[in-house]
This record gives sequence, structure tokens and C-alpha cells, in this order.
Amino acid sequence: MTEDNPYALTHLDALESEAVHIFREVAGEFERPVILFSGGKDSIVMLHLALKAFAPAPVPFALLHVDTGHNFPEVIDYRDRTVAEHGLRLHVASVQEFIDSGQLRERPDGTRNPLQTVPLLDAIDKNRFDAVFGGGRRDEEKARAKERVFSLRDEFGVWDPRRQRPELWQLYNGRHSPGEHVRVFPLSNWTELDVWQYIAREKIELPEIYYAHEREVFARSGMWLAPGEWGGPKDGETVETRLVRYRTVGDMSCTGAVDSDADTIEKVIAEIAASRLTERGATRADDKLSEAAMEDRKREGYF
Amino acid sequence: MSTTTDLIEASATSLLRFATAGSVDDGKSTLVGRLLHDSKSVLADQLEAVEHASRSRGQEAPDLALLTDGLRAEREQGITIDVAYRYFATPKRRFILADTPGHVQYTRNMVTGASTAELAVVLVDARNGVVEQTRRHAAVAALLRVPHVVLAVNKMDLVDYAEPVFAAIAEEFTGYAASLGVPEITTIPISALAGDNVVTPSATMDWYGGPTVLEHLETVPVTHDPAEDVARFPVQYVIRPQTAEHPDYRGYAGQIASGILRVGDPVTVLPSGRTSTIEAIDALGQSVDVAWAPQSVTVRLADDLDISRGDLIAPTDATVTCSQDLTATVCHLHDRPLKVGERVLLKHTTRTVKAIVKDIPSRLTLDDLSQHPAPGELAANDIGRVVIRTAEPLPVDAYADSRRTGSFLLIDPADGTTLTAGMAGDAFAETAEDAPKSTPDDDGWDF
Repeated sequence: MTEDNPYALTHLDALESEAVHIFREVAGEFERPVILFSGGKDSIVMLHLALKAFAPAPVPFALLHVDTGHNFPEVIDYRDRTVAEHGLRLHVASVQEFIDSGQLRERPDGTRNPLQTVPLLDAIDKNRFDAVFGGGRRDEEKARAKERVFSLRDEFGVWDPRRQRPELWQLYNGRHSPGEHVRVFPLSNWTELDVWQYIAREKIELPEIYYAHEREVFARSGMWLAPGEWGGPKDGETVETRLVRYRTVGDMSCTGAVDSDADTIEKVIAEIAASRLTERGATRADDKLSEAAMEDRKREGYF
Repeated sequence: MSTTTDLIEASATSLLRFATAGSVDDGKSTLVGRLLHDSKSVLADQLEAVEHASRSRGQEAPDLALLTDGLRAEREQGITIDVAYRYFATPKRRFILADTPGHVQYTRNMVTGASTAELAVVLVDARNGVVEQTRRHAAVAALLRVPHVVLAVNKMDLVDYAEPVFAAIAEEFTGYAASLGVPEITTIPISALAGDNVVTPSATMDWYGGPTVLEHLETVPVTHDPAEDVARFPVQYVIRPQTAEHPDYRGYAGQIASGILRVGDPVTVLPSGRTSTIEAIDALGQSVDVAWAPQSVTVRLADDLDISRGDLIAPTDATVTCSQDLTATVCHLHDRPLKVGERVLLKHTTRTVKAIVKDIPSRLTLDDLSQHPAPGELAANDIGRVVIRTAEPLPVDAYADSRRTGSFLLIDPADGTTLTAGMAGDAFAETAEDAPKSTPDDDGWDF
């Protein structure tokens, strides 16, 4: 409750209510929805909201993880425990399998994040998913600020910002032709801080790499990267042990750690509230490739 | 260092959704940029990117419009092609800003932005005063029933911060907006460029005693009292776990569209007309006695009725008449015109039905609110009256009573395109009927 109005909702209650409404609209209108689940905080919050939306019944959707092959082991462990705990079904689309079979080629810079699009679209096609929930937020990146809550993708998975449907009131239009699918973003109106405040309020467990811990890292392009079989460190790059945490969780080759002593959720929230860098600006190498890197990937079918 | 108390307080702020409207050169980007910048919502890496991009274009000062133009085509052409949503926060409140393009041909985008807004900021240039576009913006805000309207008289620095200039514009606008039935109008003299009265009070306009734009945004009431509204609960989804733990659970999931639901309330299910009583309300895992709009809840009834997605649960003493004939004001959104005789799908709350456009009695000229009779079709951005026949009876309220159960979409049955946004019932509040009518040969409005 806020202010003098006993019926006012807090912003977290309003955002939660809106996200639950979106989940239930999809459940009511689509045949084969799936939740993209990376083990990152946004997809964890998304799953938590889905659990609340359909309780006491189980979540009527499966999960889909696009595995780059360069994931943090703590995150894979978290993913598997979560799936078991809630009796969920998990589909895995593997970048490594696509590389091994020759359908994808490793990039010279070793970054696998942009390679996720092909296995993702393949999994959507093979499983005939017609609605795909993503944890994307419009505050993350300027191309995402233009994204609809229900975003129609053509048979090639392409996002065309000029052909987006206007979205009015809470009337989401999920109509699509065979072969097309709809990306659905229930966290569109959330910010990074909202997500963390909600995690605190709901006491949601996260993979421990979100909290400060000592870790071996090396510097590349102004970021602290974790060494691993994915291709680091190279000659001239020195590994050192630092107190760090992650603001986002993704492919090890392009997700940087930040120096931090925030080892509790209260400290994390205080750190984010004071931060002068955006989440992606601080930790994502792939968005620095060009001014329109995210837009270009999204046009190809990226989440 | 934050404490647990700070954390709880920080998460208990309220949320205001608002929209901005302004013509191309009214300084809307500057206002948005200043709100974001002065509320410290622009972070260092974003500002650095803007500075870098501005330099590479040969501009000396950072162009704050680049903060809000997210797409390649927008940056290349220096135009805004679509509604974007911006997020910022102060210790008092969280804000979602629907940033709508000012180009005249994108009025449908203002309709889109205004549909979810509780407040609209209309910008005018102090040198030009109330112009046609200002009247259109006020009319759209009135049509969409945006509860609060702010007139920001910008570029006061270019009229020597003169009070009479502001007072004349404020009076003209307030008179016009009040005639449209806009319930609350606040007028603020600002200079977005110099920062006067946007976030910090102006040092040069001591004659102005009201709030800054941000102060007003922080203190305007975000919800009107749901006790004043009749309860409406569109059923979204039926939850039936059929598990050992919950063998007989049958809950109707949905978001309360308006009003308040209480355990024990006698209710009627529409369109069937069957009656029952609310036995329990589950508010996302917590059993409660009372819930209100816009909470998402699950309702259980005392009787086992046949209820599915698309039904509406309403208090038995305040139901809604179901009808297959609907008269509404619509804003046509798509480049393909809407024609008399067209077969469409109509989405109302959680129900989508077949429908046919029986008549388009008039097209509205927003500049002077005149009616252009029998236009035959509505082009993109046109606002007009339509008569629609639906294949099934629908429980539609007047949009004036409920933005949620009085609104609908028309959808192309062939490809699913969203064609038209609709508002049932009368277009404007009653006072608008007295507004001046213009000549009948007026060719409508062309934005």
C-alpha cells in the first residue's frame, strides 16, 4: 500500500499483476508455448511469475534452454535443480551440436552469443512452438525499448520493427499464420532494479555467481572474463583472482564480471541503485560490436 | 550502504504510466531528455554512446534525442517512427513513459500511448501558443479518457519568461480541454532547454507558484478509487489442477478490470446469465477476502457453473447488457482503410468474435470536433463513429465507465493484423456536445 489510497498498488504489485495477465493470455490463446530459460535472473523471475500465475496447477509450458556450450557450471546446475523441483519439461538447443555437425561455424572472436539464433529457430520450428516467452526488458537496450509485449515473428524468425502491431490497452493480439510465431516479453516494463527488488521480496534463489565471490578472471576489452575451454586467456592475458560478481549471466566468452563486494541481496540492490553503468554496458561484449548490434541480431531472430 | 528498511521502502513506491505529446519542434525530445537526465536516469555508458554518436555526426553538444531513437532507421533519418517506452524512477515513484512521435502522420501512436496512460503531457511552444496540433492532442487525451492532462508551455526563455504569455495560453487550453470533458488540467511554464520547472523550480519565473513537471508527476494520484467503479472480471483461463492435492479445485483466473471483488458477493456470469456467489479469492498464492483492479487473481464460485475464457463475471446487482450491436468511436490504425461491410474479428477483454462493420456514420475532425458525415471508409489515423454487428452477444460497457471493458480491437481475420482501436459509447464527455461545429464540406483531418 502506498499514499492515502488503500487500494493503491505498489509498483512491484502492478508489474507482477501485469506479467501474470500476459502469461494467462498466452495460455488461453496459444497451442504450444515455451519459456526461454537461461538460468539468468530475468528468466528465473519469469518462471517464478509463471508458477504463481497458474498455482495450484503446474505451469502449462515447457522450458527451452539455448545452450552455447560455454555456460557457467553453476548456472547449468541451477537449471537442472529447478526443472526437477517443479516437475518441468526441458528442451535444450545446443550450439555445440550445430558446430560439431557443421551447421554453424565458430566465429574468429570465439563469441558464441550471436550463434544462438540458429539453434533457437530450429528448436522453435521442430517443436512447432507458437509462442516463445523471453525475459527481455525494454530498459536493457534501445532496440529492445521498441519491442512489443507480443512480437510477431515471420517464418524466418525475423523481427521487423516497422511492421509491428500497435499495442493498446491490455488487448494483446496473438493472431499468427502457420509457421509464424510470437515472442512474448512479460517483463517488458520491468527495470533491472525492479527485478532485483522482486527477487528480494519473493526470496527467490539465484545461481551464486550473482553474488560477490573470489574468482579467477583475466582482462579483455575492459571486462573481466572467466578463463575456460572456450578460448581464454590468450598469450599476454594474465589470470588473477578478484572479488567479483555477475550482473548478467550468459555465454562465458562475452559475459563480464564486475568488481564487487556485494555478497547479499541488500548489497546488490544498493550497488545497482548507485551504479552509473547500465547492465549491458558493464558486462556484455557483444552489444559493443556496433551501435545497432542488438537490433541487427533481433532482426535475425535473436531473443 | 542500504538497510533492509530502505530496501522495503524502495520497493513500495507507486507506478505512474504517462504519455508525452508534442509537435516536432515543440522540444519534446529535450523535455524527455531532461527528465531522464536530471532525474539521473541516464547512465554513464548511455551518455558516452550519445556523445560519441553526436561527435561522429559533427555535432558539438550531445544530442539527447539520440537517447530515445533506438532504431537504425531512426538514427539515420533523424526521425522517430514508433512509440518507445522509457523507464525512470525517483525515490517517490516509478515511471513508465510512452514516448510518442510528434509527426502528424503518427497520431495513431499517440492513441496507442494514451490508451494505457494515466496522465498525458501536452507540449506547446510559448511563441506559438495553442495551435491545431495542440487541440488534436487534447482531443485524443479526452477521447482516450486519460484522467490527468498537463499542459507544459515550453520555451518560456524565448518569451522573456513573461507571465501574461503563459496565462493567456493556459486559459485558452484549459477552456478547450474542459469543453472536451478532460477532468483535471494542470498548466506549467517550462524551459526544457534551460531546465526551468522541469525537475528544478525556475529561478526566473517567481510568479509561478505551482509544481515542477517532475513534482506533479510524483504527486498526482495514480489510481482513482476502485470503490467508485462497478466490478468487472473477464475470465482469462480456467485453472483445474486435477491433482491428488487439489482434486476439485476449479478457479477462474483473470485480472480485475474494474472495481472491487469480495468473498460472499453475489455474481452473475455473462453472457449465460447464471448466478452464484464468490466463495474464495486467491491473490497469486495468498487467500484474500477482498481484491481490486488491476490485481491478477483467481476466483472460485460456490456453484459448479460452465464458465470458460471470454466469460465476464459481474456483481448480480450491477451487470452489463449483452448485445450484438455496438456503436463506438474508433481510431483506425492500419494503412489499409476500414470500409462499410468489412468482415473482421473483434477482440473485447478475453473474447474474440466475428463481426461486420455495418455503418460508418461519421468521421471526426479533431481540430474543431466537427463531424464529417458518411465518409464510407476510415483511412489510417482517422477517428470516426462506427456501428458494428457481432456474431455473439458481448458484455460491453461504455468506455466512459471502463477503459478496460469498454475498449476493443478490430483484427483482420486473414492475417491477424490489428486494424482498429475502438471505444464503445459516446466519444467525449457530455460537455463536448456544446463544442462548435464547422462547415459540412470540411474534408476531415489528415494526420
